Amino acid sequence: MSMTQQATPAVETPPASGQKQSDGRTRQRPPALRLLARPEVGVFLGAVAVLVFFLFAAPPVRDGSSMANILYQSSTIGIMALPVALLMIGGEFDLSAGVAVITSALTASMLSYQLTLNVWMGVIVALIVSLAIGAFNGWLLVRTGLPSFLVTLGTFLILQGVNLAITKLVTGNVATDDISDMDGFTQAQKLFASTFEVGGVNVKITVVWWLVFAALATWVLLRTKYGNWIFAVGGNKESARAVGVPVTFTKISLFMLVGFGAWFVGMHQLFSFNTVQSGEGVGQELIYIAAAVIGGCLLTGGYGSAIGPVFGAFMFGMVQQGIVYAGWNPDWFKAFLGVMLLGAVLINLWVQRTATRR
Amino acid sequence: MTSKEPGTHGAVLEDTPPTQDRPLVELRGAGKSYGNIRALHGVDLTVHPGNVTCVLGDNGAGKSTLIKIISGLHQHTEGEFLVDGEPVRFSTPREALDKGIATVYQDLAVVPLMPVWRNFFLGSEMTKGPWPVRRLDIEKMKRTADEELRNMGIVLDDLEQPIGTLSGGQRQCVAIARAVYFGARVLILDEPTAALGVKQSGVVLKYIAAAREKGLGVIFITHNPHHAYMVGDHFSVLRLGTVELSASRSDVSLEELTNHMAGGAELASLKHELAQVRGVDVEELPEEGDLTAPVATSSEGKS
Repeated sequence: MSMTQQATPAVETPPASGQKQSDGRTRQRPPALRLLARPEVGVFLGAVAVLVFFLFAAPPVRDGSSMANILYQSSTIGIMALPVALLMIGGEFDLSAGVAVITSALTASMLSYQLTLNVWMGVIVALIVSLAIGAFNGWLLVRTGLPSFLVTLGTFLILQGVNLAITKLVTGNVATDDISDMDGFTQAQKLFASTFEVGGVNVKITVVWWLVFAALATWVLLRTKYGNWIFAVGGNKESARAVGVPVTFTKISLFMLVGFGAWFVGMHQLFSFNTVQSGEGVGQELIYIAAAVIGGCLLTGGYGSAIGPVFGAFMFGMVQQGIVYAGWNPDWFKAFLGVMLLGAVLINLWVQRTATRR
Repeated sequence: MTSKEPGTHGAVLEDTPPTQDRPLVELRGAGKSYGNIRALHGVDLTVHPGNVTCVLGDNGAGKSTLIKIISGLHQHTEGEFLVDGEPVRFSTPREALDKGIATVYQDLAVVPLMPVWRNFFLGSEMTKGPWPVRRLDIEKMKRTADEELRNMGIVLDDLEQPIGTLSGGQRQCVAIARAVYFGARVLILDEPTAALGVKQSGVVLKYIAAAREKGLGVIFITHNPHHAYMVGDHFSVLRLGTVELSASRSDVSLEELTNHMAGGAELASLKHELAQVRGVDVEELPEEGDLTAPVATSSEGKS
């Protein structure tokens, strides 16, 4: 009967008071640390450093038109880096993003040219195709549970092949025909690839779109339900599902958002160059991912911001053009990028460990 | 049989007036097979408002499968599952939540990198404004989360801190506070005391009792018969996917419960075999026939 004697006191033990919990063991983290814990702080400092460096090293950068050019360069990366960053926060990444841009541009171009349609028809069909590619990526991922690396590597290869083969089949060439004299071209060009003047400096419209999209993405990410869900599905998919977050919807829609970005950048390329090279886009997906990671997004998901990738893309544009303005060999660009990426990753790692330490 | 067909018995049940005694959740011969593995079979369970139903069982007894069915993560493959007398078959946890069935999981279903207040409202965010600009009501959510946590005795200076930085007990209480706040009628607690110290377990048990006082039906899943007996009104012991014991508090003593939990029935049947092995003391093991009477197990018996 020894067990009985052991058991009885346990039954009679009164539950401890809840007040014991509030013993003041949690204390406020210092404001500086809390600021550092924000994902975009590291990249902001990095972007400022790169800017200051080139302002000194390359005097032409100080000119307004050079700055407009740098911003334009940044915007073409930055517009895609935004949805890629959101997707990354949502725990996935998309290797097909680079060629999907070309797929979209090719679709719009060939469809309008071959069928002699108003280019807007091509633009709309391209949007549908781009969203469908995103939806397919997301659907396959959710359906099979395979890692996004494999799923999107598959679509990356498929699209790369399809781009080349269909273009050759339709046009008999590696590039599409010039569509600049077709109906609706000027209108569409105004939207996707026009230039306007601010204080004597020509600024590309994509810079405006980039900043508008960035503001929108930040608002969605931090101020809406959907943004909350993005963090949750990236941070812990199972938990998110258990508390009622629509995980499938969130993941698929994020892939479709990347599709939207690919469409937009694709349209920009089409309407600024009038023609599309079918073999382009390969390798760009890694640039977008790098911009998002430099922008403080965690590759494993659940952490990041939309502002960070804006600075990340700016660093890219700055370095790419800065090297040219400084008169250095542009071959150094990729080496610079690699150093920046590693530096950003290390800073992020350090910041996260310091800031979220108990 | 299946809830997908709105059969005749569904219409009959609608006519029954809602009574206080009607169970909130009822399982009738419910079971679940994963391929050719039968994880759960023929389980009857009822949860009444203002009652704590304890589900006890060893590892692999089917406790997790049982709560996964009730919380909507999995679907039952046999038997019936009724909520408010209506047969149901949840395909997502969201549907269970909409019926007022909230689950606090063993892993707490929190996203470690997200702030405390975002975790508190995750999946049921408060919003304001018309659709295109519908946004999170952050002020209100932070205030509410703070109030609810203070009611549970947790005072956090900074609700922005990632929930991963809280201690295990604090996270547990945040998870329970969240479930209680979201108007749960049925609260499922999956081994809430398993990873906690003695004092923190006491706190959690206190909230279970508090939830019962509020008129919630509680399903309390645990390994620990002592914890179960402190708050339970009805006890179901699962073993190998079936119900081994189902008794209300008045019909069962802690000793019996402990005995069942400790694998008493299994040990009793093993007694004969164990007796052949030297160094195993079987003197204090119960005989199979003794199991309805209070019997003590020796702690050495279970290794």
